[in-house]
This record gives sequence, C-alpha cells and structure tokens, in this order.
Amino acid sequence: MDTSTTLIKNLADQYGRSRNNLLPILQSVVKQEKYLSELSMITIAKELDISASEVYGTATFYSFLEHQKMGRYIIRVCKTITCSMKGKNQILLAIQDMLKIDIGETTPDGTFSLLQTNCLGFCHKAPTMLINNDVYTELTPEKVREVLSGYLAKAKEGENDE
Amino acid sequence: MMNNTNQLKRADFIFKNENDWKEILAKNIKRSQQVLINELISSELKGRGGAGFPTGLKWKLSAEAESEIKYVICNADEGEPGTFKDREILSLVPFKVLTAMAICGHVVGAKEGFIYLRGEYFFLKSSLNQAISEFEEYCKTIHLDFSVKIFMGSGAYICGEETALFESMEGKRGEPRNKPPYPAISGYMNKPTVINNVETLAHAYTIFTYGAKRFYDLGVQYSRGTKLFSVSGDTPKPGIYELELGMSLTDFVNDFGDGDTKAVQVGGASGFLVPRKRFAETNIGYQGKLTGISLPTGGSMMLFNSSRSMYNVLDNYLEFFREESCGQCTPCRVGCQQLWIGIKAVKSGEKNALYLEKLLRLSETMQWTSKCGLGQSVANSFSSIVENFREEMIY
Repeated sequence: MDTSTTLIKNLADQYGRSRNNLLPILQSVVKQEKYLSELSMITIAKELDISASEVYGTATFYSFLEHQKMGRYIIRVCKTITCSMKGKNQILLAIQDMLKIDIGETTPDGTFSLLQTNCLGFCHKAPTMLINNDVYTELTPEKVREVLSGYLAKAKEGENDE
Repeated sequence: MMNNTNQLKRADFIFKNENDWKEILAKNIKRSQQVLINELISSELKGRGGAGFPTGLKWKLSAEAESEIKYVICNADEGEPGTFKDREILSLVPFKVLTAMAICGHVVGAKEGFIYLRGEYFFLKSSLNQAISEFEEYCKTIHLDFSVKIFMGSGAYICGEETALFESMEGKRGEPRNKPPYPAISGYMNKPTVINNVETLAHAYTIFTYGAKRFYDLGVQYSRGTKLFSVSGDTPKPGIYELELGMSLTDFVNDFGDGDTKAVQVGGASGFLVPRKRFAETNIGYQGKLTGISLPTGGSMMLFNSSRSMYNVLDNYLEFFREESCGQCTPCRVGCQQLWIGIKAVKSGEKNALYLEKLLRLSETMQWTSKCGLGQSVANSFSSIVENFREEMIY
C-alpha cells in the first residue's frame, strides 16, 4: 500500500466510516498531502463505501479543500469589501513581487501558494490574510515582507511547524 | 452637526462576568423546562445571526418534538462580510456559550452539542477544545449528561444557512434543504435540532443570569436587549461594540462616522445600503425592514465615505455572491452571475442605462424564487445600491 492509502485507512479507523465523517477525513488528507488527488478521493470512497462521485461532489464544494497540489504554506489574502478598500491590492502586489508568483500559483520549490479568499472576519483590522491557519491583520507591504521572510527562514531550516 | 454621542446606549453584558458559569449552569439545570422556556420567551430574545427568529419559540418547538435523540448546535460559521463578533465571543467568553448550550440541552432533552466552526477560524479550535474539556469535566460533577464537539467547516459561506450546515455536517455538499420541515422538528440527521448563533447563546446566558426582565428592559419594542455590532470601513474606531437595539442610524453615524459618511451597509453584503439622506429615518432593530431580512448574520455595520465608489462596492458584493452561491437553484446560480456581468456591461457602455431596470427585475425574481436566504437577499444590497447611486453605476 502506498502512503496515501495507508493514511486514508488510518483516518477512517480514527474517525469512523460513516458519511458524517467524510468532511473531517477530507480535511485531514488536505492537511497532510496539501490537496485531494483523484486517487485519494477514490480511496476514501472505497473506505466509506460510497460512490467516488459523492466524494468528488463534496470535496469540490468547499473552497478550503484543494484539489490541486498546494505549497507548504498557503497564503489566502482576503478580497472582500473592507480589506479591498483598505489596500488589499498593495498587499497582493508585495507578495507577488517577493515570491514571483501570481494568484493561483505555487512557488517552484513548493513553499508558498498564493490565493485570494472571501471575508476572513477581521474587517476591523483590514487588510488581512491567512497563512495556513494563522491570521495576519492590519497589513502593510512592509509588514507582509517581514512575515514572509519569517516563513522563508523557517522553510530553509526545514523546521516542522505543522 | 451636533455630536449626540449620548444617544447611543452602550452596554456591557456579553464580555463581562464569565467566571460564574458553573454556578449559573448548576442553578439553571435545576429549574424546570417550562420555566426556562417561559423566561426565554418573555425576554423576547430573537436570533442574533440576522434572521431574528424568537429563540424561546425555537427551544419550545424542539422540546415538544418527540425523539430519543436531539441535538443542540452552535452556529459559528460567521461569514457575512463585515461581521466578526462571534469569533470574539468564542475567544473571550466560550464558557457562556457552552453553558447556554447545556441549558438548552436540558430544556429540549439533548445530550449532544456541536459547534460548527468556520474553517477560517481554525486557530480558535485548540483553545475552544480546552474550554470544552473543562466544561465537560464540570458537567460530570453535577451529573449533567451533555457533551460538545467541534465540527470544522471548510470555507463555504452558505454553510451558515442552518440546513446547509446540517448537510455539511452529514458529509455532503452544503446545499440548503427545503423548509419545512424546520430544524426544530427535523435538523441534523433528521432529528429535532436547536441551532443558534453564537451571540444568541451568549445573550441566553445573560438572561439566565440576570432574568428576562433585565434583558427585556433594554432596547425598544420588538427589538429587546442588546446586540453586538461589528463596525468597519471608513470609521476612526472600527471594532466590536455592544449597543442597545433601536438606535437611529443618524446617532450611529455621529458616533462612528469620520464626518464624511456617504452611506452605511447594514447587515453585511446580504443587508441594505442606506444613503445619507435616509439615516434619520432608519432605526436598527428587527421591526424595520432593515435588519430582519438579511439572513446569515446580524450586526455588520460598514461605513463608506465620499471617496468610495458604490459601483466598486456592488461589484465586490456580487463577486462574493457568485462565488458563494451553492449553485443548487437556478435563480441564485444564474442570477448572481448575470447581475455581476450586467453591471459591468452598463459601466463599460456595452449596455445602456435602461438595462439597470432589467437587472433590478432579475434581482426581484431572485428574491421571490431562490431556495434560501442567500439568493433571496442579493436583491437587498443590489436594489438599495442601484436605486440610490444610479449615476455611479452608469458613469
């Protein structure tokens, strides 16, 4: 068995094999593998004894369940109204300039992916972004560069922070 | 203009006095179901997520439903643009929410509770889990059989709609169900379910602490009590404020505006845009048409000053809706797309100004024919922006 199949088997053992546990299982696979491959979705379907199209239908509904391989750190910049008014575009430009990637892309070394997202719930501290599960608020281009430098240093040291 | 800052009645219930939760819980689970329901009904607490359904009635209907298994769910899928109060409640006073859930469990006969936490708030999960274990420990010592689990969302605004939330918890796409049956009768796993917004539960705690009268005496007729407001946009003091319901928008803007407020969005992207000329006649509460209709959350107040283009604001909302529409029903799926494409066509001159009338009719059709609150409420912001700032849509 390859590692992905083992992972999914273990997750199904841990959470249980009823349909209610599909979302937690999908979330855990995304956390481990940074996306849901077709193979993972088929394996999950087999484990839970439901059709693969059901798994695919559910998985593709949720914006945080990626089905494209993502980088180790997923940057999600909030693009909803207040963040957009308070300088979201400058933040995006600072990130694009520093990492040399466009929205929807991943750095060639697989460290960062850049995405936009809807309201993060920090409108009073706009503009904001998430990097994996951590929130950064009241951003300025300088602050963004500082935050990303921290992650770059972490990535270089190969520190395991997940 | 006179600065009537005294006009806004500030309050401080929600974020204060969490420490006596054990006492409040122990005391209230000794009271009868009927007494507790009556207390909640007489407080006239209405759902603070935005829909404004009477909370006491919700609990009563679920209590009367016959089933061995029932559930209590705390809706923490706070996703309405401009709303950020529920996160603050769960960060600062989680025990109030858990206590109210357990009292609800006692009232309706549910042993299991869930907090549906939006994926964006994952960072709250570990502290919340810690609170839950301390809470469950205490429940054991007072022989109360009630457990709480966190269920994580994964970045879908629509899952704040209660029946979409159940679908999501059942491992499916977050597509709203037809109503009836209502959740109180048939909710999660088709069992009777009380589903309350985070803030509603925090107010229930206030009511079970101080009594219904203390709460009822605040606010105005039909809009009793206090409410948390998430204030953002062009304001010198963005943040979370607890205010009595029933204030006028003029008083609100005098206090929170930057002196140049052109319009206020009340109730988030699914709420209404109120232009300056209507501030005086607009009150914030459930009776007026202004907050009751917007579905997923309540209390979002976004201020825009004269430097803002209302076209850009509407464009941003429509982009939000077209991405967050679940796609299940045609009016909403196609309508959100077409409104978004439509305003761009008018702005670029590809369509003439009369096309806006067609778009307004489309938004009205969506209001009448969409399956859930998302599609039904797009017309709120769409028509209030297009009708009040028509020239900005065209030129």
